[in-house]
Amino acid sequence: MGRKLLFDKAHIENIRYYDVYRANGGYDSAEKALKSMTPELVLEEVKKSGLRGRGGAGFPTGLKWSFIAKPEGVPRYLVCNADESEPGTFKDRYLMEFLPHLLIEGLLISSYTLGANSCYIYIRGEYAWIPDILEEAIADAKKNGWLGKNIQGSGFDLEIYVQRGAGAYICGEETALIESLEGKRGNPRIKPPFPAVKGLWDCPTVVNNVETLATVVPILRIGGEEYAKYGIGKSTGTKLISACGNINKPGVYEIEMNISVEEFIYSEEYCGGIANGKRLKACIPGGSSVPILPANLLLKTAKGEPRMMTYESLSDGGFATGTMLGSGGFIVLDEDQCIVKNTLTFARFYHHESCGQCSPCREGTGWMERVLKNIEKGKGKMSDIDLLWDIQRKIEGNTICPLGDAAAWPVAAAIRHFRDEFEWHVLNPEESQVRNFGLAHYADPLEIAAPAAV
Amino acid sequence: MFSEEKLNKVKEIIARYPQGKQKSALLPVLHLAQEEFGGWLSAETMDYVASLLQITPIEVYEVATFYSMFNMKPVGKHVFEVCHTGPCMLRGSDNIIDYIKKKLNIGVGETTQDGLFTLKTVECLGACGYAPMMQLGKHFREHLTPEKVDEIINECRAKAN
Ligand SMILES: Cc1cc2nc3c(=O)[nH]c(=O)nc-3n(C[C@H](O)[C@H](O)[C@H](O)COP(=O)(O)O)c2cc1C
Ligand code: SF4
Ligand code: FES
Repeated sequence: MGRKLLFDKAHIENIRYYDVYRANGGYDSAEKALKSMTPELVLEEVKKSGLRGRGGAGFPTGLKWSFIAKPEGVPRYLVCNADESEPGTFKDRYLMEFLPHLLIEGLLISSYTLGANSCYIYIRGEYAWIPDILEEAIADAKKNGWLGKNIQGSGFDLEIYVQRGAGAYICGEETALIESLEGKRGNPRIKPPFPAVKGLWDCPTVVNNVETLATVVPILRIGGEEYAKYGIGKSTGTKLISACGNINKPGVYEIEMNISVEEFIYSEEYCGGIANGKRLKACIPGGSSVPILPANLLLKTAKGEPRMMTYESLSDGGFATGTMLGSGGFIVLDEDQCIVKNTLTFARFYHHESCGQCSPCREGTGWMERVLKNIEKGKGKMSDIDLLWDIQRKIEGNTICPLGDAAAWPVAAAIRHFRDEFEWHVLNPEESQVRNFGLAHYADPLEIAAPAAV
Repeated sequence: MFSEEKLNKVKEIIARYPQGKQKSALLPVLHLAQEEFGGWLSAETMDYVASLLQITPIEVYEVATFYSMFNMKPVGKHVFEVCHTGPCMLRGSDNIIDYIKKKLNIGVGETTQDGLFTLKTVECLGACGYAPMMQLGKHFREHLTPEKVDEIINECRAKAN
């Protein structure tokens, strides 16, 4: 069994309730921080832990916290990003539903470190039943002196509020989230200024993912240095992976970042192999926006080394032969799945979710969706494949926020690695409507020469 | 108009933000209004929300139309919002959508004649591991099969009687 830091107590019955959580060591980390550590010391521990943002970008959390501006007399805010809308990602939901106090304890320690007296949890609107769970937990924490004024006699005050979004993926982007929290449309802001200087209501603000903030609890429990001994290299600690698609055991798993992708997919401890005895065709390991990889490149890097579940190993080879750990939304495709169709659903998603501020994103995502739909329906031309490539190239890097890149990458990677499948759709318009392309050579034994970077 | 109880709820929501930042209450109050006033937001409802938060009606319209959970026209009593993004598609969401279409004799975006059911397709709801799935009111219905869909339809019909 892999070591657990977040889910170590998840099996305990009723751990979602305060009494049980507390009786099992809950709030010990918060107590330690508030009673025996200065905010600077806590920050040091987080820095030492090597914790990187779990929302997708993997930015070092301690460093991010150290950027927060501290002008005299201006409030600072911590915002917990619970928008969780990247297709394939459903890990934060699990934390909030089943371990709400772990999150609240993490918010308390983090707010203390940042000097924030108000914290907002911005949760996607569709998780409509979870605010009740969180609010009950917040009320219980408050009743027991972990929120409110002068917490545990430390002189530190904190209130936590839950705010529901209303159906907009873009509100997961931190500046769009802040706009939304201010009661506006979720249009991302141009950076700089960064939220750490000018965020919520123009005050210094830190936005972190749910999992990131919950992880602060075990970091304080075992110490930053000890935490950094988990995992490999700069991928310290554990990571929640939400696994879905054609596997035997979809679900949310905590992994130590030292196992191989192969172990994650095939071992009984995790995904339990490909469903229905099928073979693995492809995988999108970090949520819909990261590049899809064919089985051979997924399990081994282009250099022939085993691919590991770490930030570095997954991105080994860059976009030519690698991908990204992203948010940990791990989507597995078996041999019967159609890459064109799958890519089309993502293109449709990004088109639907574009906020419309930048023309390359607004127009480009719709265009990609239309072209992909034609190819998928057997009405495409060979030149459409190059057209798709051109469109995604024109979006990438030319937009206000990274949603444009997120929309471009899945299309680029699908063409890069599965071009023959797109061509087959064009050349076999009728056959492609009744059957799928299949596995082709993607699962061939791992003799891979790195394709030329494109 | 909100009841006394709901008005208190609105006050409580506004109190979560610093003085003068009551516009931040817009999304929560729109959720509340949609629940209270028939599952959608009419122009009157939005004007009312604007007056409660002391902002201009246009500030409410532009926000309400941005977010997909706010309905700008009436919907059926039970809205089936079936996810059809990649991970759900890989698990057969297309079959579930087809089944519901046939069973209720409506297309996507349509409402049954008795006003009981509306079928919508939606993008990823964060339940990809429990696919295929749909949102029904406040809750998710996961691991859908035709049989489960039948049960859900019967359950909704029973509630209507
Ligand atoms: C389009 C888009 C959607 C995003 N959605 C989320 C999300 O749902 N949850 C999240 O934590 N971060 C999301 N992010 C990343 C946030 O902008 C931000 O980097 C993150 O919340 C920082 O927290 P972390 O450092 O703890 O990861 C998204 C970014 C983009 C560009
Ligand atoms: S890239 Fe797309 S989502 Fe991001 S700001 Fe521009 S239009 Fe909006
Ligand atoms: S793809 Fe359907 S819930 Fe995520």
